[in-house]
Amino acid sequence: MYAVNFLLLSAALFSIGVFGVIARKNAVMVLMSIELILNSVNLNLIAFALINNDIGGHIFALFVIAIAAAEVGVGLAMVLMIYRNRRSIALDELSEMHG
Amino acid sequence: MSSLLVAADVNVAQNVGFYIIAAIMLFAAFSVVTTKNVVHAALWLVVVLGGVAAQYILAAAEFVAVSQVMVYIGAVMVLFLFGIMLTRASIGPDTDVNNKGWGIGIPVAVVFFGVLAWSVIDAFEDTVLVDPTEASIAASTQAISDGYLGDYLIPLIALSFVLLAAAVGAIVLARKD
Repeated sequence: MYAVNFLLLSAALFSIGVFGVIARKNAVMVLMSIELILNSVNLNLIAFALINNDIGGHIFALFVIAIAAAEVGVGLAMVLMIYRNRRSIALDELSEMHG
Repeated sequence: MSSLLVAADVNVAQNVGFYIIAAIMLFAAFSVVTTKNVVHAALWLVVVLGGVAAQYILAAAEFVAVSQVMVYIGAVMVLFLFGIMLTRASIGPDTDVNNKGWGIGIPVAVVFFGVLAWSVIDAFEDTVLVDPTEASIAASTQAISDGYLGDYLIPLIALSFVLLAAAVGAIVLARKD
């Protein structure tokens, strides 16, 4: 099995996630696209662990999983707060900081 | 580039499994970013995360695969569904889920994938993965724990503080006061 298989799959997942972050208006959907991106990074780390026969990739993948869980928790709490204050989570309407 | 992406004589079953799972994953990921229904996007995301866990198994990372299933499919998806439930009144498809300038995302993603694919193929064109042995798979969990309690102990402690801060921060943010 070639190493490029994993790496190309992860590149495709990353690109789809980047498209989602740019295109989506709903804040929860943007968070889902960020999850796609983080998973593609994890896939890359596991593939590199297999290429180099080193366990460090697994350890960093587990770090990324933990950070992603924390990020989703804080992100969704922020989304809930924005929804409570504005009754909407459309990202293009959040323009108070626009100078 | 001669035999690139062709089922090599290394391990045919692994290759076939990889391509089937990869096709499902790519279709599901595409659905996540194109569907108009937020709940459907979350459910397609479950398919992607399960596919990633299956790829971890193929890549001989059992511990990470189980962690992926428990943390992502178990916990993060419940969080997402709660977030959807608490921020939306209706469950049906939305009319406008995309930004006004969403079309710019297509060329950005295509160029991004092109650059990534070019550099990945350029760097790892001929790298063939060695099949891990039973002994190395069995020892990998022990190696992970040795790493966490050895070389990576300080990052592990820092990460636990990050998780604590994130939990407290999420409670403070979401609390009604």
